[in-house]
Amino acid sequence: MADIVEMPKLGFDMAEGTLVKWVKAEKDPVQKGDVLAEIETDKATVEVESPYSGVVFKHLAEAGKVLPVGAPIAVIAAEGEEVDLSQIAKPSVSKETSGQPVETQPYQSKVEEVPAEEESGEGSQAMTTGGFVKASPLAKRMAEENKLDLTLIQGSGPDARIVKRDVEKALESGTPSKRKEIAKPKIVSGQDQVIEISKLRAAIGKRMLESRQTIPDFYVTYSYNTGSLMQMREDMNRDLPDDERLSVNDFIIRAVALALREFPNLNASLNGNQLTRFGDINIGSAVAVENGLLTVVVRNADQKPLPTISAEMRAMVARVKNGKVRNEDIEGSTFTISNLGMFGVEDFVAIINPPEAAILAVGGALQVPIIQNGQIIIGWQMNATLSADHRITDGAEAARFMQKLATFLEQPWRLVQ
Amino acid sequence: MAEITIREAISQALWEEMERDPKVFIMGQEVGVWGGTYAVTKGFLDHFGADRVRDTPIAEAAIVGAAIGAAMNGMRPVAELMTINFAFVAMDHIVNQAAKLHYMFGGQFTLPLVIRAPGGGGRQLGATHSQTPDAIFAHFPGLTVVAPGTPADAKGLLKTSIRSNNPVLFIENATVYQQRGDVPEGDHLTPIGKSKVQREGNDVTLVTYSKMLGYSLKAADQLENGDGISVEVVDLRTLRPLDMGPVIESFKKTNRAVIVEEGWRSYGVGSEIAARIQEDAFDYLDAPIKRVAQKEVPLPYNARLEQMALPQVDDIIHAVKEVVR
Repeated sequence: MADIVEMPKLGFDMAEGTLVKWVKAEKDPVQKGDVLAEIETDKATVEVESPYSGVVFKHLAEAGKVLPVGAPIAVIAAEGEEVDLSQIAKPSVSKETSGQPVETQPYQSKVEEVPAEEESGEGSQAMTTGGFVKASPLAKRMAEENKLDLTLIQGSGPDARIVKRDVEKALESGTPSKRKEIAKPKIVSGQDQVIEISKLRAAIGKRMLESRQTIPDFYVTYSYNTGSLMQMREDMNRDLPDDERLSVNDFIIRAVALALREFPNLNASLNGNQLTRFGDINIGSAVAVENGLLTVVVRNADQKPLPTISAEMRAMVARVKNGKVRNEDIEGSTFTISNLGMFGVEDFVAIINPPEAAILAVGGALQVPIIQNGQIIIGWQMNATLSADHRITDGAEAARFMQKLATFLEQPWRLVQ
Repeated sequence: MAEITIREAISQALWEEMERDPKVFIMGQEVGVWGGTYAVTKGFLDHFGADRVRDTPIAEAAIVGAAIGAAMNGMRPVAELMTINFAFVAMDHIVNQAAKLHYMFGGQFTLPLVIRAPGGGGRQLGATHSQTPDAIFAHFPGLTVVAPGTPADAKGLLKTSIRSNNPVLFIENATVYQQRGDVPEGDHLTPIGKSKVQREGNDVTLVTYSKMLGYSLKAADQLENGDGISVEVVDLRTLRPLDMGPVIESFKKTNRAVIVEEGWRSYGVGSEIAARIQEDAFDYLDAPIKRVAQKEVPLPYNARLEQMALPQVDDIIHAVKEVVR
């Protein structure tokens, strides 16, 4: 009995995906759980695992196609089984990447009849090519050798083409653009580039605009003395191999998770008049990727020891960086941390990632003069700013959360108790 | 140095080579008793005898085929075709045999063979007897194609062709047999595969060969005197192997070129030269390269129409003026 693999829904708001590449070719044997194809969603390129074992009987979509969630993409059959494709009729929709209206049509009996679309999208991007100068190859070479700007030379050849004599004339008169003793800055007009924004960029933009337009957020900033934390991290890392070293962010994830246990309003989501206080504390951390960011999620971070959090983070970040992120890596966060500490940022404010209730923007742990017992000493300070949804919580509660966080960040042994 | 005609220069070369090497012999229609269609071999039969001056039937395939056989067996035949238009009848022998035997039999045979064939239009001989199909023959690797434009080169190149161990198509132009020029006496040899600057200049390079060399030189003089345009003329002399050296060197100086040939423009010698110039000297190109060639029609019989279809000195002058704009 043949089975149909459909375009999976890899996220609550995923409506369509691009079939980037087939990993299993037709006729390839496939085990349940094997990677069948790679699919690009709004957020990332993810691997689609085969839900069935058997042989890839037929690809129902070509690489490069954009397909709605649920569209059939492949038929998996038993080895040697002949499948009558007309017997597994299913509605199929398919559309061009250009975003034309989705055209629904019944899934045809023969695969050949699945609408064969032309390669679309990527290649057809228009590039503006301004600044073309009509000059002979010789004139161009001479101008380059003599550092002349051809755009400033009048052409005397047919159709005002710049030819050798024009360049020679310009060289003789020392104008208009020969390099002088005191070089004037040469202003070259830049060219505007029109670029289609990526799906990821568009998704981020949509999400952030929604956040700004619908969430009345407010901000609470707190300075943490992280001297002990820095010392403890140094001590712990001394015994760890390079690839298991704990980052400051690992500590923050655990500290935030523990603090959230007492602040269920900040680990929540508002839907109309109903507030869902999540049972799990899943901490998302924003990770920069080319052209955007992804939020990788440590699930139940309040119940995981530091080394586990650290290992999970390392693995997920690695997958993000090489474009192999899994769906579970980036879905299901209940609270998000954005850390720009590694860039030397002291303070910043983050925008809440809907439908979450709050986000914590973390600056760098920096050495600063601090007052301790009436003395100025060199200490470590880290600033963090909480952005929170005023429909759910208030300044006082947010401030108490930040205070609670201090008990973990400033007395870091609590993190390993 | 004597000033003689191209006809005399060719005759001299044949005579001298036959005197020098008993393996050299000539064959063709009317070469013996009649003394050659264009009187090139007058007196040869009496002097060298019927064994070495052989009249043949009107059968070009037989003439070239027999010459190939003789060459494979150690002789050095000079086969004359009455016109190059009849070479088409012998095309298989020229293209499939002469040009390839040495290669296809692993060098067992050499073909020290010369095929003399006059071509060109302008004598009201009609479309089938007036062609300049030089480019066709230059297309085939294995065949040397020589086409001199001066009496001195006619002599020097024919002597070298006869001494060459490769098959040579020696293309003459019937309308310039009377053209005169200084020709060194005695053993004057011109190397095959060497182009030559026949006139120096600075503003534009004319690339040409054969009959169009004379036209180009005339145009160059008129341009110099009338318009102050300094024209360099490069004579290809050999179409295969083609020597682009002097052409490129000249082009790098003038940055502009006009190519002049008597044959048709499409797929012609000018096409090849223009392509090579842009390949080898793109960064020296200051203007589009122009080609002067025969109009793309079967050559008319009517004298006026015939002259209109053939490239003229004025056409060259016009093209040069376009290119130096």
